[in-house]
Amino acid sequence: MNAITQNLSPASSKSPNMKIKAAEIKVTNVSKSYGAGLFAKEVIKDCSFTIERNKLTVMIGPSGCGKSTLIRLLAGFEKSSSGSIEIDGKRITGPGRDRLVVFQESALFPWMTTYDNIMYGPKARGENTQLNRDQAEYLLEKVGLTAFREKYPPQLSGGMQRRAELARAMINNPDVMILDEPFRGLDCMSKELMWEYYSGLYEESHRTNFFVTTDIDEAIFLADRLLIMSNIPGQVRATIEVDLPRPRRLAFVFDNERAVAIKMEALSILHKEAMKSFSGGSKAAADFVEAYSKRSSGNGPVEQ
Amino acid sequence: MNAKRLRKALFNRSKLRAVIAIFVFLVLWEIGSRSKDWFGFAVPWIGHVPAPTAVVVAWYGLLGDPGYWQSWYMSTLRVLAGFFAAMLVGIPLGLFMAVNKTFNGLVFPSFEILRPIPPLAWVPASIIFWPTQELSIAFVTFLGAFFTIVINVLGGAKSIDPRYFQSAQSMGSSQWDVFRRVVLPATLPSIVVGSAVGMGITWEVVVAAEMISGGGGSGGSGGGLGFFIWNSYVGGSYEQIVVGMISIGIAGFISSELLRKLGSYLTPWLRKR
Repeated sequence: MNAITQNLSPASSKSPNMKIKAAEIKVTNVSKSYGAGLFAKEVIKDCSFTIERNKLTVMIGPSGCGKSTLIRLLAGFEKSSSGSIEIDGKRITGPGRDRLVVFQESALFPWMTTYDNIMYGPKARGENTQLNRDQAEYLLEKVGLTAFREKYPPQLSGGMQRRAELARAMINNPDVMILDEPFRGLDCMSKELMWEYYSGLYEESHRTNFFVTTDIDEAIFLADRLLIMSNIPGQVRATIEVDLPRPRRLAFVFDNERAVAIKMEALSILHKEAMKSFSGGSKAAADFVEAYSKRSSGNGPVEQ
Repeated sequence: MNAKRLRKALFNRSKLRAVIAIFVFLVLWEIGSRSKDWFGFAVPWIGHVPAPTAVVVAWYGLLGDPGYWQSWYMSTLRVLAGFFAAMLVGIPLGLFMAVNKTFNGLVFPSFEILRPIPPLAWVPASIIFWPTQELSIAFVTFLGAFFTIVINVLGGAKSIDPRYFQSAQSMGSSQWDVFRRVVLPATLPSIVVGSAVGMGITWEVVVAAEMISGGGGSGGSGGGLGFFIWNSYVGGSYEQIVVGMISIGIAGFISSELLRKLGSYLTPWLRKR
């Protein structure tokens, strides 16, 4: 634990490139459906929310609620059926350098070393400058991978790969960073380690971040603002301001009464959503409803 | 300490096993050749194959024969010519077919009709097409490697994970940059595999082509290993046939091994830790 805390706050090194650009994304009445006519399936319906400047916005919702679709729309890989998505007042029409997506599973280039992976973006734009090289070294240190600089991705652990990917995204200094369940599939301990690394990186820059997850603990640990999605077709059902102090460390976040209260509030909203779609005949929500009823009958008070 | 490590490297279990296996094989072969029947049972070809000791004697006699080395040289030259030509044409063609849908649609059907034709079926046509016998042998060799290389490159480039393109694109990569730093390295393992398989086929093909075409213009000395075997057969020297066969085995092994080494050097990320 001590070693990690040291890694997260190295007194010796300062980021050589601290000019953070941050943008705000406004999603207004966005709908997206696939297929046409009778077979059209509406995945997102009339969805509106804001990804606020300099904040870490976490979106949580049941799996299959259209979160990944939403990410593809934000990234510009796909176009919405109706409504608008604007970044700093400018409409998003395609992929752009102002937004950077970190994918669910590692998309590091296996044929490049950790360092070359991180330097991919700068080199692609012909910005192989001293400043960027220093920044790469700094980020390597920040994510605890200096010793793995010359290793290839298959030689790294799952957690190391995700951290390398965070560094690879961050060096491009995007106005908004979009993360699609980046820690999914990691075991519980490495996941918690990732939360500390990631929130450390965020707390240093306060870049605009949009983080999508299905894990409630992850959401509360990381978020400044928590958006709760409805079941499909996806809509933002509630927004919770997570006013836990920063820097966040595992040791105190989960002992914190406020954190527990926020978690209960979020769960009860998710439960209401699950109930609604359950009574609507959706099987996807059944597990959540059952788990929730067991939890509330078993231990502790639950607000309804 | 050092001597111990050397001994360990030379005499580990798997190497020992290999040596014993080859030794046992040679002994059984020797017994079979000398006894004319297999411990009392008559087995069709057993008495007709020259014994390994006789082969070694014949080989020893050939070591000083420039004609034998000339055969090595000619076959190697043809294999290399055909192989490098196949790489030079096949790799860009495979990549372009993978990248450009229209081009692929135009070329792939004809390609798929020509691909199943065995290279040896091309020998007569190739002798008619090309002005010299040397060129027609090289062409048949080329065909042996060409189709394998193209199909491997095409398959490798087409199966690249689309997320690599999305990442590269969102980090500001231009199309040329994506090709150079994503498509090319991602296809490299398939290029290596295709080349290794193609190299094996060129050795198969060159020998057969040399036998059929009579091995170049300059008679026995310009004929290559395939013609060397054929000539030994015509001349009735069965020991030399076996020498020729083993020579081809060794040549194929060396070229595959070199390609493997080169491939592993070019794709360091695929090595174990």
